[in-house]
Amino acid sequence: MNRAAEEAGARIGARAVDSRAICPALRIEQAEPEQDAARLARLAFWARRWGPWSTPDGDDGILIDTTGTAHLFGGEAAMLARIQAHFARAGLTAKLALAPTRGTAWALARFGPERAICTDPLPALAPLPVAGLRLSDETQLLLRRLGLKTIGDLAAIPRLSLMRRFARAGAQDNPLIRLDQALGRAAEPLDAPEPAPEFAAEARLAEPVVDPSDWLPELLERLCAQLAAADRGCRRLCLSVFRIDGERRDIRVSMAAPTREAAHLLRLFDGRSERLDPGYGFDLIRLAAEAVEPLTTAQPGLDGAAPSGLALARLVDRLAARFGPTAISRPLPHESHIPERAEIPGPPLAAIPAPPARADRPIRLLSPAEEIRVLYVIPEGPPAQFIWRRQTLRVARHAGPERIAPEWWRDRPGTRLRDYFRIEDDTGLRLWIYREGLIHDGRGGAPRWFLHGIFA
Amino acid sequence: MSARPFPIGVAPFGRAPVPVVPSLTAPILSEAFGTRPLTGAAPGFVLATLPPGRVLWVQDRLSRTEFGAPFLPGMGRDLLRLDLTRPADVLAALEDGLQSRALAAVVGEIHGHAPALSFTASRRLALRAEAAGLPCWLIRHAARPEASAARMRWRLAPLPSASDPDDPYAPGDPLWLAELFRARGQPPSTWLVRHDRAADRLDFSAPAGDRKLAEPRRKAG
Repeated sequence: MNRAAEEAGARIGARAVDSRAICPALRIEQAEPEQDAARLARLAFWARRWGPWSTPDGDDGILIDTTGTAHLFGGEAAMLARIQAHFARAGLTAKLALAPTRGTAWALARFGPERAICTDPLPALAPLPVAGLRLSDETQLLLRRLGLKTIGDLAAIPRLSLMRRFARAGAQDNPLIRLDQALGRAAEPLDAPEPAPEFAAEARLAEPVVDPSDWLPELLERLCAQLAAADRGCRRLCLSVFRIDGERRDIRVSMAAPTREAAHLLRLFDGRSERLDPGYGFDLIRLAAEAVEPLTTAQPGLDGAAPSGLALARLVDRLAARFGPTAISRPLPHESHIPERAEIPGPPLAAIPAPPARADRPIRLLSPAEEIRVLYVIPEGPPAQFIWRRQTLRVARHAGPERIAPEWWRDRPGTRLRDYFRIEDDTGLRLWIYREGLIHDGRGGAPRWFLHGIFA
Repeated sequence: MSARPFPIGVAPFGRAPVPVVPSLTAPILSEAFGTRPLTGAAPGFVLATLPPGRVLWVQDRLSRTEFGAPFLPGMGRDLLRLDLTRPADVLAALEDGLQSRALAAVVGEIHGHAPALSFTASRRLALRAEAAGLPCWLIRHAARPEASAARMRWRLAPLPSASDPDDPYAPGDPLWLAELFRARGQPPSTWLVRHDRAADRLDFSAPAGDRKLAEPRRKAG
């Protein structure tokens, strides 16, 4: 309801026929709450020109976090005037208020003076009615019956009695919580939705289809052209299909390095669109670039080929898209004597060179180590014979022991030390075995033996 | 093409002549079969032949659980490891790897008899390896050789190692019996291969034993 209708005598909550009797020129539109909410969400994104974060607030408000942006528009008062002018140009009436807390801004925008700017919440809020605290109708009624008409009255009451009265109530019904939020004593952060994708390409189809792959090349071309025009590359692509039954399905592919190469991106979707559940079909396909990063045009090498770092990133992309990002890794050395901690899976594009090979370390490591049964053993030496999976192996040669103590800063108390032996059996199998613990070390019974690695 | 390390007819100390060793870094598909459980002969042989550079190393699940995963401190190579489940995935990953210019070689490990590794699949890999100019190795654990388009097929068996100069009781440099049982343009031959770890080099020599006695037996079999 705009101001002209208000001056003509129409009131919110009155019946439409009564209002039309008072003001025959009144134009009445049907309420469309869902569309209003969608429009408000779009408007909230549009309002991000005045602050980095904004979100729809309830069904009739927009919250903008303008911290540190007012000077860009010539001060706070000038900014509010300019915002109002912008909304007026869009045909919208806006009531504005600027305050240090969300609750105060809410109250001042609805019950305060025009374009209120507040620096200290309590004096500004004191004369306003308790409805300015975003309370439910029942609580407002209760407070009115208690004789508490303004926020100032409420703030004057000792906290203890308020707390006792409204101990179990949620934020909607609890004047104390709302008062604390408005006065900045309780935090109330702004929960802004994700920004809309900056680069996206859409295809609207006349008929529902179940396979998006025919439209993918064209969408990718358009998206990559947008990215190229802005000198950007993306590290994630989201393909969304909007099904006719109101559902949405997404496929995401990630890239190791920013890219805008349509042919490469198309290959990443190979075999992925088959796993999409199309339902009864979809009529809108959207391809959005996420994680957009600056990407300047790379100069090809003298032989005309792409740089080799790029080739590796492309390979990692393809393997990760096909087998999942966890399957691919690059083993990196790690400072630890415990063999299974001496290498850690690193990111595939890590540029740390591999250490030189050590002759006393196996080329294969069994994970977990397999327990072997030792028949008899020389004290402090390797077993002369042991059984692995019902096969008896006779030790012909050995080197060791190499004692590796547990890492006390990391392992559980009671972890036993390991004595490693490089052994070779009489047929030439070269293995790495260890004894866990010592006799009478006070950390368990008899020592156990394990097979841990295989030498070349 | 690298020069052949051993020209024809060099017979140290009057022993049987060493058969010509084919180029191990040629851009072809080769297969290396292990002969028994717990042996690291096939992976060790393949590792020693790989050219310097980054290597894509793909394993299926059974190879990983039965024969262990590549261990960086012992290998000392730049690896790009891919841990997969099915042999068919291993083959697909190898094909992807062969299309990239960022790698020096591609190695896949497949455990047991895999229906996915048919003659057609091996032919695909062989053609791609030749087109890409990259050596591609398939390490076959616990498998019998079947029809394959691999240009070289090796069988690697472990032998008691060479003696360690410092410690007579310790295992020294690895020693393998390498049998090239199928190769294009090359008669099947057998070598005694020693991996000189200090120089990271493979020394091929004629296998010990009387070849005159050994040859008729092979013909009969």
